[in-house]
Amino acid sequence: MNRLPTLFIGILFTFAFAWVGLVVMPYAQIGRLQPEVNADTGDVFPPTPSGLAEAGQKVYAANGCVYCHSQQIRPEDAGSDLARGWGSRRTVPRDYIRQSKVFLGTMRTGPDLSDAGFRFPDAKWHHLHMYNPRSLNAYSIMPSFKYLYITRKIVGQKSEDALDLKGDDAPPAGYEVVPSEDAKALAAYLISLNRRYPLKEAPEK
Amino acid sequence: MSDASAPTLLQSLSPGHQPTVEENIERGEIDRSTRLPVLAFFTTSIIWLLIGTVFAMISSFKLHSPEFLGDVSWLTFGRVRPAHLNTVIFGWASTAGIGVTIWLMARLCRTRLRHPRMLLVACGVWNLGLVIGTLGILGGDSTSIEWLEFPGYSTPLLFVGYALVGIWGVIMFRFRAPGHVYVSQWYLIAALFWFPWLYGSVQLLLIVHPVQGSIQAIVNWWFAHNVLGLWFTPMGLAAAYYFIPKVIGKPVHSYYLSALGFWSLALFYNWNGAHHLIGGPVPTWVVSASIVASFMMFIPVTVVAINHHMTMRGKFHLLATSPTLRFIVFGAMCYTLVSFQGSLMAFRSYSKVYHFTQLTIAHAHLGMYAFFTMVMFGSMYYIVPRLVGCEWRSATLIKLHFWACFYGVILMMLALHIGGFLQGLGLNDPNKSFEMITNSTIPYLIGRSLSGILLTIAHFVFAYHFVLMLLRLGRPQGEATLFTTPALSTAHDKTEPAAL
Repeated sequence: MNRLPTLFIGILFTFAFAWVGLVVMPYAQIGRLQPEVNADTGDVFPPTPSGLAEAGQKVYAANGCVYCHSQQIRPEDAGSDLARGWGSRRTVPRDYIRQSKVFLGTMRTGPDLSDAGFRFPDAKWHHLHMYNPRSLNAYSIMPSFKYLYITRKIVGQKSEDALDLKGDDAPPAGYEVVPSEDAKALAAYLISLNRRYPLKEAPEK
Repeated sequence: MSDASAPTLLQSLSPGHQPTVEENIERGEIDRSTRLPVLAFFTTSIIWLLIGTVFAMISSFKLHSPEFLGDVSWLTFGRVRPAHLNTVIFGWASTAGIGVTIWLMARLCRTRLRHPRMLLVACGVWNLGLVIGTLGILGGDSTSIEWLEFPGYSTPLLFVGYALVGIWGVIMFRFRAPGHVYVSQWYLIAALFWFPWLYGSVQLLLIVHPVQGSIQAIVNWWFAHNVLGLWFTPMGLAAAYYFIPKVIGKPVHSYYLSALGFWSLALFYNWNGAHHLIGGPVPTWVVSASIVASFMMFIPVTVVAINHHMTMRGKFHLLATSPTLRFIVFGAMCYTLVSFQGSLMAFRSYSKVYHFTQLTIAHAHLGMYAFFTMVMFGSMYYIVPRLVGCEWRSATLIKLHFWACFYGVILMMLALHIGGFLQGLGLNDPNKSFEMITNSTIPYLIGRSLSGILLTIAHFVFAYHFVLMLLRLGRPQGEATLFTTPALSTAHDKTEPAAL
């Protein structure tokens, strides 16, 4: 093969072909989806995440939660996601339009988090779990995120945010463990992950 | 030298062709002209290999011993794992691949390397980008977009570093000696052209100005799959197409199979990315198109496998002799294996089991390690002696390197395939609790850590051997360092051992 124009045009064409197919076409199809507004109640789905949840999404990215937790519910024929109770319906493109970064994930060393906020709505639970996952699930291989928490001397009243730690994790007398701003944001983000709203294209099972 | 007397590559590779004294001198001069840039890329790539290996071991241990180094934010699993991925993908594999590409381009263009300083600057900028990017990930600025975790402030450096190499490649090609353009060059030109388009696109669409919603995932996997198929695979195949015929002294079996393999790869691999999103929140037609294209990958892979096998036929005994050949043929065989596996994994029924499990990790390592990395090791065993002016010091060290890699790969593949399979079956059975699934994978994750120890030994042995070569502490030049003395049975073999 000595005709360079042929070689070059071929290299260009094959690449452009798939680039149009896999990048441009999906963008044209679902690149500008709008949230669904319920005509009767005026509710907007998916709801807008809070500023704190948006900040928590950055903490989620910085600490690589995506390497063990997916955020997608597949339909019944593609896996047991629904049967496990990880969600009430499959997730669809519109579910993700309010997230500035989408973490679908490729690994389930831990469970799916699409509906984490529905299944675990309590920030205190998330803090205990992130501080030491094995205090709640002995078998867990999730890292502990103690570095997101501050151990400090109690001045006056014990803080309302202080974690209710037991056993080996309990701080020394006169000290308390409180979540840092990052930990609070991360918990808010996890609680914001909630797919229990109706969308026309994805009826609940 | 007139056109008529210039050797074509087919002549040079022809068993009957005796290189003239002039040709040997010319080739030696070309090799020497590549010395500084190629050694700069090789040296830094091996440093990144060691760093990436350490990150790999830490990540692997953490999966069965989660408290290991657990209290330090920059050593948490979610940072060390992407640090491992990016240091081995960009630091080791890309840097080594660029080094091999530079050397191959000079040899195949049959012209002395032009503008070595441009390449040295490229190497410096590229490595600066890698250092900043890696520290960024550890410091908490990871993007958490798989295969693209380097923060946005480091990637422009990588792009500029790469662009200098790409421009250099165009210049070299422009000034090549007249004659046939060999199959390795098609792959190299394509890779040099495809990579900046890929990398530039995803940086714009995911980091600079992110697209909406789940399209991010489509773009992400379009990149992550293509960086394997259109950047690493072409570089690996270019090396295999060059070194296999070179070492055994026999031309490539079929020109037409080479062309068919190249064009079918270019046409089909491009479309594979979305098979990572089966069942996901993306348009079904995108996933289906990728599944079809993945199945079509049987064509280029089978064609390349047949072409290499037929080239090797009758020469397999040389695997006992030549380190280069042993590493590269092992890599080429794993290319066939990993590609067939990839095509099967794209089926919805297979995906149901492997998706979201350690089987994905097994598949990635079969491609990036057992294929690409082994081909790079083999290429370096051939190239480095021609740059530093001495031969590898010890065949025993090369053997140790090969067998530690070999058993490391086998153990890792067994552990991750069995563990991943059990994990996949468990996840599909809603009656199995997450506790049962996690517990069932632990022994296999420990097995993977053991395989990592073997690979770590291999890498440090290789790095030590490489440093000896840089210090010119190898054996005197003349006879290549081989595993065994080749059996000199036929007349033509007697003319070739120098190439081994």
